[in-house]
Amino acid sequence: MGSGNPGPGVGDRNADAADADLAAAVSGPRRDPPGEPVLELERVERRFGAETAVDGLSLTVHEGELLTLLGPSGCGKTTTLRLLAGLDEPDAGEIRVRGDAVAGDGFVPPEERNVGLVFQDFALFPHLNVAENIAFGVEENEAERVDELLELVGLEAQRDAAPGELSGGQQQRVALARSLAPEPDVLLLDEPFSNLDVSLRVAMREEVRRILKETGVTAVSVTHDQEEALSISDRVAVMNEGDIEQVGRPEGVFEHPESRFVADFLGQAGFLSGTFSGGSVETPLGTFPVSMLQGLSGEYDGAEIDVLVRPDDLRATPAESDDARGDGRIVSRQYTGPAFVYGVELDDGNTVHCEHNHAAEFELDQRVRVDLVADHSLAWYPGRQ
Amino acid sequence: MSLREGVAAPERPVVLAVAGALALLLVAPLAWLAPPLLGLGERALSLLVADSTLSILVNSVGLVAAVTAGTVLVGVPLAVLTVQTDLPFRRFWTVVAALPLVVPSYIGAFAFTTAFGPRGVLADLLAPLGVERLPTVYGFPGAILVLVLYTYPYVFLTTRAALLSLDPSLVEAARTLDCSRREAFRRITLPRILPGITAGALLAGLYTLADFGTPNFMRVPVFTQMIYAEISSPGGRGYAAVLSLQLLAVTAVFLYLEHRVGADDEGAYESSAGRGDALAFTLGKWKPVALGFAGLVAALALVVPVAILFHLLFSDPTGYANFGPTFTLEPVWNTLSVSLAAAALATVIALPVAYLSAVGDSPLAALIERATYVGYAVPGIVLGFAVIIMLNDVDALGFLYGTAPVLVFAYVVRFVPQSVGTVRSSLLQVDSGLTEAARTLGRTPSQAFRAVVLPLIAPGVAAGAALVFLTSMKELPATLLLRPIGFETLVTYIWVVREAGRYGQAAVPALVLVAVSTLSMAVILSQEGADG
Repeated sequence: MGSGNPGPGVGDRNADAADADLAAAVSGPRRDPPGEPVLELERVERRFGAETAVDGLSLTVHEGELLTLLGPSGCGKTTTLRLLAGLDEPDAGEIRVRGDAVAGDGFVPPEERNVGLVFQDFALFPHLNVAENIAFGVEENEAERVDELLELVGLEAQRDAAPGELSGGQQQRVALARSLAPEPDVLLLDEPFSNLDVSLRVAMREEVRRILKETGVTAVSVTHDQEEALSISDRVAVMNEGDIEQVGRPEGVFEHPESRFVADFLGQAGFLSGTFSGGSVETPLGTFPVSMLQGLSGEYDGAEIDVLVRPDDLRATPAESDDARGDGRIVSRQYTGPAFVYGVELDDGNTVHCEHNHAAEFELDQRVRVDLVADHSLAWYPGRQ
Repeated sequence: MSLREGVAAPERPVVLAVAGALALLLVAPLAWLAPPLLGLGERALSLLVADSTLSILVNSVGLVAAVTAGTVLVGVPLAVLTVQTDLPFRRFWTVVAALPLVVPSYIGAFAFTTAFGPRGVLADLLAPLGVERLPTVYGFPGAILVLVLYTYPYVFLTTRAALLSLDPSLVEAARTLDCSRREAFRRITLPRILPGITAGALLAGLYTLADFGTPNFMRVPVFTQMIYAEISSPGGRGYAAVLSLQLLAVTAVFLYLEHRVGADDEGAYESSAGRGDALAFTLGKWKPVALGFAGLVAALALVVPVAILFHLLFSDPTGYANFGPTFTLEPVWNTLSVSLAAAALATVIALPVAYLSAVGDSPLAALIERATYVGYAVPGIVLGFAVIIMLNDVDALGFLYGTAPVLVFAYVVRFVPQSVGTVRSSLLQVDSGLTEAARTLGRTPSQAFRAVVLPLIAPGVAAGAALVFLTSMKELPATLLLRPIGFETLVTYIWVVREAGRYGQAAVPALVLVAVSTLSMAVILSQEGADG
């Protein structure tokens, strides 16, 4: 599946033509051609009683890539991971590893799948030391392999330590080394950084990505942290309610979300309602040329649309006194350290966010003008009403 | 959602079948209470409501009520003192206050009756001073005193756990809402620890109800005594069965109540994860009083009985100092061999049952685990009685009557819950993620169990076996009924020489049992340490 393949979430759009345009834009200049498919999921389903955790999910992961399943809790991403590992069995659909069915057409238990898993809380064996943990899944040339991996993760000095004596970051390295030791076809990582201190997370992200790339292993990780997903992955698959909404390169997914859900989940999304007519779009913030909007073409003439605007696309300025031409009023103010993010309720009732680098300039309730300062084309959706 | 959901290890039919068969084997003897009852026909009903039966019921319930009240009066203050005050040496007092739990109450009863009875140590000491008659130690007051001294730890421990799990910020919140320390204790702490106190009191009540030795030494006609008397008298088995049934019914009520308390407020008195030991009260001028109270309880329950036993050892006419070494090691070997066998067998049985109850979630798995707890609920005297009838009625088993294996079997039925409990809790502490990790690293379920689970639960398994071993050594009623002729254990040896009035000879086995009890406590404490 290429990054431009329309995900199921695109179904709420009203024209396939737009998808094709969008697809071309999203995939952008391709990097290397994708390797062989290593992991394939086809219409995989998993139900727990009345609840459907995974709902007809299809996905292909290629040789050597790091794909992240990103979604809110309860979206089915962890269940998907368990199905891949063989710790759970799908109710329908098929899973293939290197072309061989491991679930759906017969069931291959986890120990025969050659799929590694790094657990969220690492699950290091407390009665074994670091070297013994790493050696656990190795069948031949144990000593050699253990040395290799200890070097790879930089823990040569801790080889005889008990897991309990290690720091969180070290434990994670051991867990990673242990699951890499048997040279799995696919490595799975369950919320790999959620058990680490915030200060350690960023450093470990880079470290884990380095290790994975050095070994060339095909990896699937799972997270609810969009920043983490966007920063470490080759491709991101955004999940919602048991299925993938959109899959693609991080920047493509972030800049051109194919659905409101993806847009909402990946950042402080706001929407401008507008009307498309005669080659331009009228919004409460003014009229823009159609070229500002991704993939909007003449056949939509007269359509109501919603335009996605993120905080860095907008700039607020104080409305002059007694100036009725302001666009809205400040309704919230959030200091994030490097910046302020203001919530502005526009006169038509929509709320958008504006990011400002300077110290506080606005008071709550102050009327402001809002200008579009985006230097890239904007994503849009058919109007809600 | 986390990876921990779902079952790491399958509930396998083989394990289910084995555990089910074992559970059935353990429960089977109780079915043999029925034949003597049925043999009575309609007389059973009239016996059930006969005046003599009712007076036994009243005696038993009265004893239980008095003991239970006493345990709350002793156990709760001790718990508060050791958890929430600046009592000096709190750790020491905690261990000392818990220790009587593992000392069989009949040791205390034996010591007190020999010391305070007519011709006892104390009478001898006081006679020259002109004190001719001591208030009698026999009867209800003595039984209540002894039983309170050895069962209050149930209340102490459950209350303590409840206090420890109490979130101190609740009390702090009450203080900021203008409650005094005392008021906060009454309005916040007390309601929160009430389930713990109740659970402990019910456990003390259960112990009292099932206890055989203390009422016997103190001559209190409660269920266990009358059942024993009827078993020994010709033609008395029908009535013994009626009384057994009644005793089981009262026990069931207690178990039901205890279950309700546990279910209503799950974890309220089980967890020790809270920071409830934050200091709430400074004793100030009450410190000597508090120390005196803790010291008095410890003295009565531990120091005085041990002192009496040593006194018997050296100065009683039948004591070893005066009587020569008539005590042979034979009862020691007998005790060790049957207790070791019971511990081994209980462990073998506990493994599949505990495994099933830890990983399985089917009703059948729960039923099997529950079934193994039956021995815990059935008083030893009733179990011994049921086993006797079973061996009597089933011709194929008759050859087992009066053999050591039957004794071992009875121990296993009674004490296997200790083993199941420790093994189960060790299993539950093994993160299912570890088994899953082993599976993704190429191990089959049974290989994963051997490589990961077994090494991790080994200490728990060993502790469970040690507890069964140590409690089997102290078992009295079933041993009394089922031991082979001429086969004396430490416990029955005490029983026999005491009946013969040779108190001094009982001192050594009694002291050995006290030492054994202390060992049990060490095992329990090591388990707690491992859990923490």
